[in-house]
Formats: sequence, C-alpha cells, structure tokens
Amino acid sequence: MKLLTCPMNGPRNIDEFQSFGPVRARPDPNATADRDWSRHLFRAENRKGIVVEWWRHVPSNYFFLAERNLVSNEIIRTFDASELRDRA
Amino acid sequence: MPLRLLKYGLSRDYRVSGDIQATPELKPAYDVVIIGGGGHGLSCAHHLAKYHGIKSVAVLEKGYLAGGNTARNTTTIRSNYITPEGIAFYKEGVELFERLSQELDFNVMFSQRGQLTLAHTEATMRSFHMRAEMGKHMGTRTEVVDQKGVEELCPLLNMDYGGPLEILGGLWHADGGTARHDAVAWGYAAQASRRGVEIHQRTEVQGFEVTGDRVLAVRTNRGRVACGQVMIATGGMNYDVALMAGVELPIRCYPLQAMVTQPLKPWLDTLVSSVSLHTYLVQSSRGEVVIGGGSDPYQLYSTRSTLDMKEHLAEGAVHLFPFLQGVRLLRQWAGITDMTPDYSPIMGASPLANLWLDCGWGTWGFKATPVAGKRMAQTIAEGRVPDILKPFALERFDTFRLLNEMGATAASH
Ligand SMILES: Cc1cc2nc3c(=O)[nH]c(=O)nc-3n(C[C@H](O)[C@H](O)[C@H](O)COP(=O)(O)OP(=O)(O)OC[C@H]3O[C@@H](n4cnc5c(N)ncnc54)[C@H](O)[C@@H]3O)c2cc1C
Repeated sequence: MKLLTCPMNGPRNIDEFQSFGPVRARPDPNATADRDWSRHLFRAENRKGIVVEWWRHVPSNYFFLAERNLVSNEIIRTFDASELRDRA
Repeated sequence: MPLRLLKYGLSRDYRVSGDIQATPELKPAYDVVIIGGGGHGLSCAHHLAKYHGIKSVAVLEKGYLAGGNTARNTTTIRSNYITPEGIAFYKEGVELFERLSQELDFNVMFSQRGQLTLAHTEATMRSFHMRAEMGKHMGTRTEVVDQKGVEELCPLLNMDYGGPLEILGGLWHADGGTARHDAVAWGYAAQASRRGVEIHQRTEVQGFEVTGDRVLAVRTNRGRVACGQVMIATGGMNYDVALMAGVELPIRCYPLQAMVTQPLKPWLDTLVSSVSLHTYLVQSSRGEVVIGGGSDPYQLYSTRSTLDMKEHLAEGAVHLFPFLQGVRLLRQWAGITDMTPDYSPIMGASPLANLWLDCGWGTWGFKATPVAGKRMAQTIAEGRVPDILKPFALERFDTFRLLNEMGATAASH
C-alpha cells in the first residue's frame, strides 16, 4: 500500500485520496478564444517529469497539492493550497 | 527416415523460412514510415502493401514486435458503443475480425461468444436501453436482457437476489468476442513482411526533422530516415512521440492492469463485465480466466502492478463467481494507456501535412487493430481522410465536437 502524506491528516493509505489532476491556470473567461478554452479543458500536463496536482483526502474532504514524479511515482512533497495562492 | 517424407523435405517447393525477416539495414528513405510496431502499425503496413501497392514501408519499433499494449490487452472485441460515429467504426472493426483468419492466412482464434454487461442499478439499466437502441439502429446485435435472460446466458453468475449488488439485467451483445492478440499482430507482420514491408525492431524514434509544415525525416538510434509520409502508432507513448514533432495531443497516460488465473476447465463461455464492480472476465482458450477492470486512479508512466488493483479485481471476480475464491493467480501486469478526454481515439490528420495520427487508443484499441490499419492505410495512400474517420479528427477538441464514449468504455474495454 502506498502512503500519501496529507498536510492536514498526516501519512495515510493512498486509497483514502482522490486525484484531481495537474494544476492549470484558469483562463480569463472574457478574453479567451475558443482554442484556448479547448486547451484549458482538454490538454493537461502529461510530460514524463514532475507534476503539481490537486488531491483530496476523501474522508475529511480536504483539498491540497502534491508534487509527484509521473515516471517513478515518487511523491516529492505535499502542501496546503494557500501556498499556491501566495505564490501567484 | 521414410523416403516418402524426405521427398517433401528435399522438394524445391519446400522453403525453410521464418515468418518475419530479421531486422535489415535501415535505408536512407522510405515512402511511408510507421512509428510503432504494435498491432496498429503492423495492420496499417499490411493494408498499405496489400491494397494500395505501397511497398516502400518501414515499421520502426523501439522494442520487440507487439510488446506494447498489444501484448498486454485483454482482447475484448465489441461494437456496443453509444455514439453513431463510434458504433459505425467499431462495427466495421468486428466485421474485419470475422474474416481475419482468412485474410491473414493465420488462425487468430477469433471466438465470437458474445459479451454480457451487467447492471446492478436502475441508472445502468437505462443507459443499457439507450445503447441497445443505438446499436440496433446502427445494425449491430445489442439488446437488453432481464434477470432470467442473464441467468440463461451465464448460469454460474451470483445474481445476489435481494443483496446490495443484485443483478437487475444486462446488455447482451452477440457480436462481441475475443481473439488471440499475438496472433493478430504476428499475422499482420508476416503478411506485411512477405510483401516487402521492412520491420525494424530495436529502432527507436528519438526526434523529427520538421521544415515548415512537413516532416522531412525521423531521427532514430540507428540513424536518420527520410520519409514521404509518417504515421504515429506508439500506444502509450503517443503523447511523447507526437510532442517530439511539436504536436501536443489531448492525452493523459494512466496505467491499466489485468491478471489471469491458473487454467481451469471451460466454464465461462461469454465475456462478462460488471459496470458497478469495475471488473470483467473472459476465459482464454487455454482455460485461464483473464480478469480486468478500470484504469489506475491517477496519471502515471509506470507499468508496475499494484496490490490495490489485485485486491480490487479479486473482490469483483469472487463476488460474481464465488467458486473462484480458491483459484490461484498466475500473473498480473500493466500497460500505459493514452487516454483521451472523450474515450474516443484520435485518427487522421495532424497540424503537419505528412504526419498522420493513429493515437488515443487508451484502453479500447485492440478491437480496432484491423479497421484502424485499413482506414489509416487508405488515408495515407489517398492523402485524404475517409468519411468514417472524420469524426475522430484531432480538431474535434477545438470545435467542441467530442465523441463521448466514457459510459460505454470504462467498465469493459
Ligand atoms: C491491461 C490492458 C487491457 C486492455 N484491454 C483491451 C481490450 O480488452 N480490448 C481492446 O480493444 N483494447 C484493450 N486495451 C487497449 C489496447 O491494448 C491498445 O489500445 C492497443 O493494443 C493499441 O495498439 P497499438 O498498436 O496502437 O499500440 P501498442 O501495441 O502499444 O504498440 C505501440 C508500439 O510502439 C512502440 N514505441 C513506443 N515509442 C516508440 C518510439 N519512440 N519509437 C519506436 N517505437 C515506439 C512500443 O514499443 C510499442 O510496441 C487494453 C490495454 C491494456 C494495457
């Protein structure tokens, strides 16, 4: 069983979590062409490397972020979503 | 040795030959370069050589022949999809399977035993009614059966009457079946090879030379190869390979796992799958029960099997057929699948004029090996996408004309 360290609940079995896929910047709805909407909706990060992605701890319904290696499946770190906001 | 036997051995008609030539030297150029020596690439090569007279074809395979998802799939063949475009395409695919052993002069062990998909909820029953009506409209054999019908088709099933997973009915698809995956790939390879197609194993495409809107050549670990036309059919690596040519596909990679039990006497003569349990079973001609299910829960490029999935599939299988509880598992494995947002493939043109896509086959592409090869060969030979492939164009994502097959795909590929 693989462990994922939740920033709020600590290390838990990964089957307690749900993946919501790579973080993507939300386009400005008033200034975005159809093509860019299509990109936003349908093209997510899939390169062989490290992704930053949304996860949810299902029992506590807590959403957070994880940096994970898409090839080795190593979870490099997990952090609270406020960090993403502070960075922006 | 009896003389009569020796007569045959010494006869001029008797040739000692393997089915597929050893990898030859790479030529500097080919009319058509096919990247990926899985079922799809080999099928396209066969159709180019046999039906379009194009002989200067090289299939470049980074590993060994058909060692990708073609080798790993659970061989469900069916056409009970939900969109008219999808059904029309997969129907042609099933029809080609019906004649495939003759076409390839090789027994692909196609067994059209029918597929039974189970519903444990009213919502699933409603979706089955829709699929059955679409299927009938499109001329396939797809119908809804009630509990009695399920029991007749598959008497050993645990119906779970009164329980939380009571089987309420099923979708019976008499056209469904299974075939031997290696035989399909090797049959195409042998036919293509016989007609002069070169199959280059251990030849990895590592980059593209692009000028303007054309691919001039591909770079491989064995040197540069100039090409008139290029097709990408690299299974789980489609996103990666297309990106090398500057084309970003709407694909995310997920592992898909399966496992088999020890061989048992024949007892399961249909394909069975359960939507709610995310489990499906088929008994191979050797007697092993092949058990598959849904994709892994998150994006990954690793083919390591997981205990989670083993437990999940075992739970589903034992629920449906409780007597399987004491049976041993022989193997478990995974393949990397190139999933599209709408669970339909991406076939046809790319932004580059001579680069063609046979991608996005995710968890459902084995059944399309003959038809995708046939139609992609036609596309490359004529330089024009035939009507049957048009709905699967890459542009559908920019025009928001998706072909949503998720509900008809996720439980049984
Ligand atoms: C566990 C599992 C179960 C499945 N079950 C079913 C099923 O029941 N029914 C169904 O219809 N489909 C099923 N599928 C899906 C099906 O296996 C695939 O869609 C199909 O086999 C794709 O065939 P392909 O020839 O396009 O790809 P592959 O067979 O994967 O072949 C692609 C080839 O390209 C090669 N390659 C990759 N990169 C390069 C490069 N850079 N240069 C050269 N060569 C390269 C690879 O080595 C590989 O051999 C399943 C898949 C899995 C993993």
